[in-house]
Amino acid sequence: MTTLQMREQVHSGPTAWQRLRTSRNFIALWFMLPAAAFLILFLAYPLFLGVWMSFTDARIGRDGVFIGIENYEWLWDDSIFWLSVFNTILYTVVASAIKFAVGLYLALLLNRHMPFKAIIRAAVLVPFIVPTVLSAIAFWWIYDSQFSIISWSLIKLGVIDQNINFLGDSNWARASVIFANIWRGVPFVAITLLAGLQTVSPSLYEAATLDGATAWQRFRYITYPLLTPIIAVVMTFSVLFTFTDFQLIWALTRGGPVNATHLMATLSYQRGILSGRLGEGAAIATAMIPFLLAAIAISWFGMQRRKWQQGTDND
Amino acid sequence: MASVQIHDVRKSFGGFEVLHGVTVPIEDGEFVVLVGPSGCGKSTLLRMLAGLEKITAGTISIGERVVNDVQPKERDIAMVFQNYALYPHMTVAQNMGFSLKLRGADQKTIDSKVRRAADILDLGKLLDRYPRQLSGGQRQRVAMGRAIVRDPQVFLFDEPLSNLDAKLRVAMRTEIKELHQRLKTTTVYVTHDQIEAMTMADKIVVMQDGVVEQIGAPLDLYDKPDNKFVAGFIGSPAMNFLDGTLKVNGGQPYVETASGAKLPVMAAPANGNGRTVSYGIRPEHLDFADSGIAAEVAVVEPTGSETQIVARVGDQEVIAVFRERHPVAPGDLIHLQPRADVAHLFDKESGRRI
Repeated sequence: MTTLQMREQVHSGPTAWQRLRTSRNFIALWFMLPAAAFLILFLAYPLFLGVWMSFTDARIGRDGVFIGIENYEWLWDDSIFWLSVFNTILYTVVASAIKFAVGLYLALLLNRHMPFKAIIRAAVLVPFIVPTVLSAIAFWWIYDSQFSIISWSLIKLGVIDQNINFLGDSNWARASVIFANIWRGVPFVAITLLAGLQTVSPSLYEAATLDGATAWQRFRYITYPLLTPIIAVVMTFSVLFTFTDFQLIWALTRGGPVNATHLMATLSYQRGILSGRLGEGAAIATAMIPFLLAAIAISWFGMQRRKWQQGTDND
Repeated sequence: MASVQIHDVRKSFGGFEVLHGVTVPIEDGEFVVLVGPSGCGKSTLLRMLAGLEKITAGTISIGERVVNDVQPKERDIAMVFQNYALYPHMTVAQNMGFSLKLRGADQKTIDSKVRRAADILDLGKLLDRYPRQLSGGQRQRVAMGRAIVRDPQVFLFDEPLSNLDAKLRVAMRTEIKELHQRLKTTTVYVTHDQIEAMTMADKIVVMQDGVVEQIGAPLDLYDKPDNKFVAGFIGSPAMNFLDGTLKVNGGQPYVETASGAKLPVMAAPANGNGRTVSYGIRPEHLDFADSGIAAEVAVVEPTGSETQIVARVGDQEVIAVFRERHPVAPGDLIHLQPRADVAHLFDKESGRRI
């Protein structure tokens, strides 16, 4: 380096490289890179690929060519697809509503002082920790057309005189898979809401009691409004999990009888993987995205409206 | 407004009794402070008064009515909690109007009552804020506003100032006292801070370990404590206690300590000669003198208006407070002379006043 160059460097302060090297943002970028790479590789890329595939006529073992929205046009006229949309919405709405009601009830119950509280709380979690496929197999036996314990009990009690064909009849099958989903989903809702309940200061209830609130009014005016943020989160998750449910249906009914329990996820799998029509399967999966976005949007805007939660600034 | 009678009240949690028969008469319009160290049962007593805890035995009446089995909301009392217990999802106005809303009052009545309470407490500009947007002192005022709106028979305060910083606490103390003078509602106030008790109360109830040690006007407790506990609890810095033997030999009685100091006493029971006693003297009642208790200065703590001197007498510590500025330094040998007319004598064994 010549003297001249050195002098110039002294005058011009740190070089661009030196400034970059000490920049906090630049370092932060490096730290974020592994996580970002992970997300891009395993989430964004497959999602993008799926959406792209839905615009092609790809089959297993054959790269597709771009065919525009032809797959969607097909689906538009496909009654089985619309049946699966109906099934998915029915499944999600009914199961989520009941999971919410039962979960909230359980949470309120578990929030009280009672003997063996810890054990009961742990027991509530059992359906959640059993692998889905295992519990599905258990339900499979419970719903079995010949050996169902429910049918057996009801016959012994004299309520019915014939086995109920739980998984063979359309409506029974829908009710059965919804029940199984509720059984699995309630602990998540209950335990999360319980955690929310425990953040409510007991003195608020005491204050409300002194203010003259009945038990119902305490729930209506204190518990429920204070719980809404966590309800929004837990129900968003619950709706997303239910809407995209696959395992339970696949293990119990494979979408049958006569597609009565086909959800969009199972139909997508059947068309895309089993039948090999990847493009069409991807189109069905992509069609779920607007519904999911809608569910997220509802809870997002629901959460945003709660001014009392936000910071201490004056408005 | 109403009087409150607490008669021989007991409270047990499981098999463990925490209140052992407490009797406190409270007159209509009185400001009563329950004071005692933590765990003495004062908050439990207040919560029983509010109806938040069951009464194990004894009776509590508000006005003429025994309220043992009366629901909290039927008792016509309002309570201010230590952590304020403001509903975080309601604005100040909604917080204050909540009880009226539950009673089915129409919005107009609620608004006017809330507005009136807000004016009393200077909360007018904050009515649309949420609790999160308020400072500690403002929250405290909202909690009081919520109580005022209800216009109850009795106000209950459960350590309402302990979450505030020192300066604000003094200001709120004055505000609460002023409020009481204005509204004249019977008030029961729980605190562990004897200064709060002294400055605010018409009547102080000193409690320890689930029993009432003494009930009386602030200055009565200061001047004539019934026992060593009250003597030591009321007043700051706390009263000095020196153990010694009472000597009554016809002339001026005195207490002689183990180190030989003679502590003057105004009057003593004639048969008290030779009795082992605790000699109690408040720091502000000790004077510099040529004779008296010989002590070695350990620490000098000037506060500006007065100076505290911590001195050692044998293995005991004695604290003296002077308004004058004495040129003393740690290590100096001084003599402290107690004023006989304000000295207290307590039985060494029972702690009772003699």
